[in-house]
Amino acid sequence: MSDTTDSGPMLAADGTPLKRSLARALRRQKIRALMLVAPLLLFVILTFIMPIASMLMRSVDNEMVGEILPQTVVEIQNWDANSGELPDEAVYAAFAADLVQAVKNKEHTKLGSRLNYEQTGLSSMFRQSGRKVKNWDPVTDGPFKEKLIKAHKGWGEIETWAAIKTHSSKYTSGYFLNAIDMQKTPQGIAAQPEDKQILITLFIRTLKMSLIITGCCILLAYPVAWILANLPARSANLLMILVLLPFWTSLLVRTSAWKVMLQQQGVINEVLVWLGIVADDNRLEIINNQFGTIVAMTHILLPFMILPMYSVMQTIQPTYLRAAKSLGATNWTAFWRVYFPQSIPGIGAGSILVFILAIGYYITPEIVGGTDGVFISNRIAYHISKSLNWGLAAALGAILLAVVLVLYWAYDKIVGIDNVKLG
Amino acid sequence: MKFTKTLLATTALTVAAGAAMADDMTIVSWGGAYSKSQLKAYHEPYSAKTGVNIINDDSSAEAVAKLRAMNEAGNVTWDVVDVVAADAMRLCDEGLALEIDPDTQLAAAPDGTSASEDFGDLLVSSCFIPQIVYSTTFGYRTDLVGDTPPTDVCAVFDLEAYPGKRSLEKRPINNMEWALLCDGVAKADVYDVLATEEGQNQALAKLDTIRDSVIWWNAGADTPQLLADGEVIMGSTYNGRLFSVIEEQKQPVAMLWDAQVFDLDGWIIPAGLSPERQARALDYIMFATDTQRLADQAKYISYGPARKSSAPLVGKHESLGIDMAPHMPTDPNNAKNTFLYNYEFWADYRDDIDAKFQAWLAK
Amino acid sequence: MAKDTAGNAFVKFDRVQKSYDGETLVVKDLNLEMPKGEFLTMLGPSGSGKTTCLMMLAGFETATHGDILLDGVSINNIPPHKRGIGMVFQNYALFPHMTIAENLAFPLEVRKIGKSDREQKVKHALEMVEMGAFGGRRPAQLSGGQQQRVALARALVFEPELVLMDEPLGALDKQLREKMQFEITDLAHRLGITVVYVTHDQTEALTMSDRVAVFNDGRIQQLAPPDQLYEQPENSFVAQFIGENNTMEGVVKEIKNGVAVVQLDGGELIDCTPVNVSKPGERTRVSIRPERVEYNKARLQEGAHTLKATVREFIYMGDIFRTRLSVAGNDDFIIKTRNAPDQDRLQPGQEIEIGWLTADCRALDA
Repeated sequence: MSDTTDSGPMLAADGTPLKRSLARALRRQKIRALMLVAPLLLFVILTFIMPIASMLMRSVDNEMVGEILPQTVVEIQNWDANSGELPDEAVYAAFAADLVQAVKNKEHTKLGSRLNYEQTGLSSMFRQSGRKVKNWDPVTDGPFKEKLIKAHKGWGEIETWAAIKTHSSKYTSGYFLNAIDMQKTPQGIAAQPEDKQILITLFIRTLKMSLIITGCCILLAYPVAWILANLPARSANLLMILVLLPFWTSLLVRTSAWKVMLQQQGVINEVLVWLGIVADDNRLEIINNQFGTIVAMTHILLPFMILPMYSVMQTIQPTYLRAAKSLGATNWTAFWRVYFPQSIPGIGAGSILVFILAIGYYITPEIVGGTDGVFISNRIAYHISKSLNWGLAAALGAILLAVVLVLYWAYDKIVGIDNVKLG
Repeated sequence: MKFTKTLLATTALTVAAGAAMADDMTIVSWGGAYSKSQLKAYHEPYSAKTGVNIINDDSSAEAVAKLRAMNEAGNVTWDVVDVVAADAMRLCDEGLALEIDPDTQLAAAPDGTSASEDFGDLLVSSCFIPQIVYSTTFGYRTDLVGDTPPTDVCAVFDLEAYPGKRSLEKRPINNMEWALLCDGVAKADVYDVLATEEGQNQALAKLDTIRDSVIWWNAGADTPQLLADGEVIMGSTYNGRLFSVIEEQKQPVAMLWDAQVFDLDGWIIPAGLSPERQARALDYIMFATDTQRLADQAKYISYGPARKSSAPLVGKHESLGIDMAPHMPTDPNNAKNTFLYNYEFWADYRDDIDAKFQAWLAK
Repeated sequence: MAKDTAGNAFVKFDRVQKSYDGETLVVKDLNLEMPKGEFLTMLGPSGSGKTTCLMMLAGFETATHGDILLDGVSINNIPPHKRGIGMVFQNYALFPHMTIAENLAFPLEVRKIGKSDREQKVKHALEMVEMGAFGGRRPAQLSGGQQQRVALARALVFEPELVLMDEPLGALDKQLREKMQFEITDLAHRLGITVVYVTHDQTEALTMSDRVAVFNDGRIQQLAPPDQLYEQPENSFVAQFIGENNTMEGVVKEIKNGVAVVQLDGGELIDCTPVNVSKPGERTRVSIRPERVEYNKARLQEGAHTLKATVREFIYMGDIFRTRLSVAGNDDFIIKTRNAPDQDRLQPGQEIEIGWLTADCRALDA
């Protein structure tokens, strides 16, 4: 043994170093393995990694302003937004040249809606001014200061130029600041006016309600999973079908069914009134609020808790409980000290699954959440499909992603990620 | 080699599929009864005339976001898209929709009146070809409002006379205007007031007086359902939805046309289509928005045709056999007190007021 | 033995029956008495009811009918955790989320024994099974044999008087199993505990037990010390089940002076001890152990019947020779001879005559 280590690297039969010869032998295998996973790898990169990367990029990307107003963003650097005076003619001339070009390219309205996120009114200013400057000649028609202010009085306001200057850089932290109820102003970073602060509230609410939903799922799923794991195979399969049944129904249908159940003229209230538990004119409000969201989402996410719990519990042999009892433990002690600790990996896996699904949910809160049961995802959906403020949506999404990663890390630190089993 | 052969075969297939698709045209709309009315009034006659196969896609609710994404990906798969006027303006602003010259690219009225004159003020954006006038208005349960049915939109804010839940759309648009109107602001001044911080607060304060009695809706079908279930005593929605609840489902519901907010719905053609597809889309638009076609659509749904010249041609409902004219939002009896949605204002203020509105809702 | 413990049995099954489905009985009318300190093995094929009996004793199954008494008290209605019976499971059932020491401390903890006392006992129990150094490990870090010792220590640490073992050595390899067999019996005798041991391995049953109860079809077929069981099986099931056996079928010709003459189906006559036969004309199955067959004429009993045999196969097995013969139409007749210097090695094809002591040949039920 010792003589081989003394005489340098091990050699293969033909005299090449053993390591190299091994690497060559393995290379073919590795290439083949890579070819086999290539479709999946490509799929994951194209449909998962790239969209996430592009979303993260979008949350800081602000190239549009510089691209559409190339001369203006250079000139405006010489102007002090806090001076209390309008920019000088050079800025106006540069802007007029840029604007004429932008109108030609039909890009001025796009920029208008981008800047309107920061300064209300810019959208229509760009649209209206666009019509008027269409036929200007940026070389001969100057000076432009008066002309622009005449075209729209907004160009005579300092705030307009301040907004353009503040948001002229190629990359911006503006979206992220907006995402946490702050804003970028010429004077620096400031809080949003109080009557526009909503996103932090929604983040906190989303996390809080997701935790409650996860908790409810644990409480409801544990006994079900236990029964499933301890029934004979045939009955367990039948029960499993019942657990999976909701998956075969559309999410919208399930959520709408909860409306029928929980609304004031709904099944639950009717029964309670009929039983005389609730007065007819004082029916319970159990939908279009947080309660409704929690009920509906717990129901929808329950299978995601039951399945990992079930597959973990299946691996816990019944002899452990018998052993504990034979050693003198009561039913409860045997469960709590012996069975429960072994089922924790299932609870962990289910909780992570349910929690992460819950914080990203928006259809169910949208339908049954009313005003106080909506999640941050509803705002993301709004900014993606209604306001088209994709930068802000991306920033909100990125924060949500970061929150999930932090929680995942914390879980790993506290419970240990090895302690998560799907079966 | 085998691989090369497979590749060639695949390419050939793709080309063949492309050729097959050449006669398919994807038209995007809102789905439901509305899409059905378009199918009957526009698509079927157009297919019969030209042999073009029309594929329906019910994606209008996300049209703006999807068109933007398609445009960025450089692959626009839609040919004609039905959107509300506000969305058409945004698409136009973003350069995502084709600009149209009404006088050369749209059909003139039968009497020779030019399209731009026939559509008149309704051409709110250079990319937008109006199709219908619809209104957002209130319906109420006739059996739940007592002996004096509401005649005034301010009944919505009157919890004493009309106790019970009411449903409103979960967005500031329309609700802010109604709140100001019922808080004593003159109709002509509403948008000037709403442009100010104080005006916005005034509107929210008025909404605050009924906030505990409001169920907020997201989908147009919500209010009809809530009314049918007796969950609310009154609620806002699109007039066509209320028509169906009242006339088709025979529910004890009546219309409160007061202060109905007119809005427009129509077509846009996405920017970035190939010349052939663009030409075909324009041909479809020319056909589908002529005077007779617009009047035909009113046989299936109670939305008013956008051309003045179509109004006299509106007939009876296809299956119910009732006169459709009295159910049009534009009928003089219904349009005694109307309110026109201000596109320009909302394009500017939507983001700002929406943030405040949502913050107010979350309070 | 059963006779002299009648009055003060430590464990007693009294007419116990068990049915799972209400249609068939898994355990049929079981009667069993055990004195304190006995090592009793329940042996039988799978499905014979032995494990069910053990589980009824432990309290995990309830008897459908009859009484189970522990130290004179009926335990039918006492839950398992109050019976104070130690138990070792087939797969050891060590709690995977606890260390070895925690596993052992568990029964003491639930009995509310103080911490220092507990540590003392755990230490002592681990040393008893020579696992003193492993207290901090987890079960998964131990080998099968080590886990087995820990399971044993855990069943003993709370000092039960009765310990049940359900095929505890089933998962171990042969060598380790033999070592553990010895260790378990040694420990049981040293501590003076009463053990009920379930296995389907007859060697294990014979080497470890004071008495063996052979189970089949829900009944105890024979309850006897190992030597008696092997040498004097009371019916053909026991004879077949315990050790290797040659059987031949025939009819009883006559019974005289405790010797039964049996005419085999081929017409040959042999001498046997009557066990389950009482009168001529009865069919019987005759059983004779391979090592009790003699072919050396000098050693055969004077005047006894002999049989002609042809050698088919000679197998050298080291310590013994195993020879397969054709005897009275039976091609699988085995004889075993010791590998001694004067022992001759039979050749295939060789014709010999075989015989045996009447006492070794038992005429059992057909």
